[in-house]
Amino acid sequence: MSTQAVALKASTEEWRLPDKGKVGIACLIVAESAIFIIFVLAYVFYMGKSLSGPTPAQVLSVPIVGTICLLSSSLTVHFAVVSLEKNRIALSNAWLALTILLGGIFLGGTAIEWRKLIVDDGLTIRTNLFGTTYYSLVGLHASHVVVGLILLISVLLFGLAGKLDQSHARRLDVLSYYWHFVDAVWVVVFTVVYILGR
Amino acid sequence: MNSTGTAVLASAQPPRKLWLDHVQEWLTTVDHKRIGLMYIGYALIFLVVAGVEALLMRIQLSAPDNHFLSPEVFNCMFTMHGTTMVFFVGMPILFGFGNYLVPLMIGARDMAFPRLNAFSFWISAFGGLLLYFSFLGGSGLYGAGSAPDVGWFAYAPLTAKLFSPGHSTDYWTLSILLSGIGSVGTALNLIVTIFTMRCKGMTMTRLPLLCWLYVVTSWLTFLALGPLTAAQIMLCLDRFAGSHFFDVQAGGSAVLWMHFFWIFGHPEVYILVLPAFAFANEIIPVFSRKPIFGYPAMVAASVLIGFISLGVWAHHMFTVGLGPEGNAFFTLATMIVSVPTGIKIFNWLATIWGGKIRFATPMLFSIGFLFQFLIAGLTGIMLSVAPFDWQLGNSYFVVAHFHYVLVGAILYMIFAAFYYWYPKMFGRMLSEKLGKWHFWLFTFGFHLTFDTMHIPGLLGMPRRVFTYPADRGWAMLNQIETVGGFIQAIALLLFVWNMIQSYRTGKEAGPDPWDAWTLEWATSSPPPHYNFAVDPVVHSRRPLWDRKHPESPDTHYE
Repeated sequence: MSTQAVALKASTEEWRLPDKGKVGIACLIVAESAIFIIFVLAYVFYMGKSLSGPTPAQVLSVPIVGTICLLSSSLTVHFAVVSLEKNRIALSNAWLALTILLGGIFLGGTAIEWRKLIVDDGLTIRTNLFGTTYYSLVGLHASHVVVGLILLISVLLFGLAGKLDQSHARRLDVLSYYWHFVDAVWVVVFTVVYILGR
Repeated sequence: MNSTGTAVLASAQPPRKLWLDHVQEWLTTVDHKRIGLMYIGYALIFLVVAGVEALLMRIQLSAPDNHFLSPEVFNCMFTMHGTTMVFFVGMPILFGFGNYLVPLMIGARDMAFPRLNAFSFWISAFGGLLLYFSFLGGSGLYGAGSAPDVGWFAYAPLTAKLFSPGHSTDYWTLSILLSGIGSVGTALNLIVTIFTMRCKGMTMTRLPLLCWLYVVTSWLTFLALGPLTAAQIMLCLDRFAGSHFFDVQAGGSAVLWMHFFWIFGHPEVYILVLPAFAFANEIIPVFSRKPIFGYPAMVAASVLIGFISLGVWAHHMFTVGLGPEGNAFFTLATMIVSVPTGIKIFNWLATIWGGKIRFATPMLFSIGFLFQFLIAGLTGIMLSVAPFDWQLGNSYFVVAHFHYVLVGAILYMIFAAFYYWYPKMFGRMLSEKLGKWHFWLFTFGFHLTFDTMHIPGLLGMPRRVFTYPADRGWAMLNQIETVGGFIQAIALLLFVWNMIQSYRTGKEAGPDPWDAWTLEWATSSPPPHYNFAVDPVVHSRRPLWDRKHPESPDTHYE
């Protein structure tokens, strides 16, 4: 008697499972966070322990423009997802292009900053502990920005080729989570390197 | 030829496949069962290789002032033995079983990301090849041997370019970096599969405990392999780009490497032992003819281990000097880990208690596991006391302790898993007679080697010495250990012979040879490519029990 009741219940109740992409990207973010935490710890541990100059206070300036661009790109990629969900492809493409532009400005800012540090200030990864930890932490983050940009650009190319529609919104959503993560990491890196470390 | 013509031909007489077709099928497969088997096969090959390395070391240590191996080769041997066993035997064999079993147990047709699965396997396999390629291509022959010789935890500054010239250390760090990427990929795949691909009715509270344990293992893999990867990137930068992370002369810290390595290193022990627990959770109930005792407590204990084990790493560093606060914290944290593991042991005992026990080979290995894991835990608690550790740190007592965990607990449950699931994988039973020989011979050899090994440790024999003088009184004990090592090797050969022989002439297994209760036994052995012809629906933790006993299904009691 009760088995039948259970069977009936099981067949009527809706069987819902979490989304593959979202769980997957959450796992990736946990694993990536563990890597970043170690690099941040190394940076904090070696703060002020360099045996020779240049020191952060002498050579670093706060990259305000790049930071604003990168943080606002989180908003624009969100709008791209929302537009795609509503099947407004052209609008979504525009938001994507803006996101890529903002990410590009951020990377360009980093490039200019590194050029100044290497050429003008003579700070390389070999110079001292500051150089070692600075280039590896900021570089690790920048390489994540590069990966994100490559993915975003490929989505944009699909969009421009007209191969993108509403059904892809879920996937773009997953990519946007990665992009938000890269932004969040930058908040930590920015705080540690440009505020606490200076 | 058009497609209908091919179809007619195929149905009339399936053409004999060339061996190259088989190779091509295996190389390009994305089927979770084949990838699982490749993981397991690859791990078994490395098990033999690393086992031979262990035997070479045992021969060297069997007599005082021995010169069977040179000191340089001995350094290579213990480095390669440890690295291989942890990264290219332990991880792949456990991920292999996970790959094979998890989709079957949750009633799914494959893993969530089959291509990522294949990628993870091949990149790990490539890492293993890279490590062993160092024997040929290490060019690091400047008197230091060609294989890595820095120990499996590769303390700084020994790994610096100055002290490890040549490329052997580069091979070590790159191979671990690669295998780490593969492990994270597989762990991600396992979690996503378990969370998003369960068959209808399989809520998280009805999930087989094996799957729960693989969730916790995967979680630990993310949090442990991340730091390891980061540390290896830093080491690569130090060696290739001239940075100073672990360069003491530029103000860098050698202790920082220790912290980073053990933040990985201790959770790694749990990454390896949790799948062993997982096998015990499935095997012990089936051979006691009772459902597992305290399912929710088992889940809670596993999840607790997944958190507490992240905060105990520095008990590997007591001898460095952590200060009183550090010592107190890590001693206490280490002792607290033994609470959830204790809960597990009691639950297994309570499962066996009053059961109708069948002493088939899987159960024999499980019972061996229970005893030996308990002893391993007890010496672990001894070593967690900082002053005791100062006395015995880096001695053979420590070596005996962790081999008790790795061999006495983990390897025993891996053997149990082989005897239990081999019929599912190949459709034939392993020989019980050979299995019992394997068990008793291996147990005898194991205790001869590793019980004895505690004593030279207590007498002060440090690990990693290539020989010792005759007047220390360690010779007899070491000789006994060596004899035990060879007995284990013979038992292992019996096991390999059993697997080969049973594949050809073993008894037909049928879909459910053990009268078991989880979903993998609901399909044929070996399972078809698609696992289940019809997606299963479950109503309790033991779906096959419900099917076999409609008069008293588990749904009445859960």
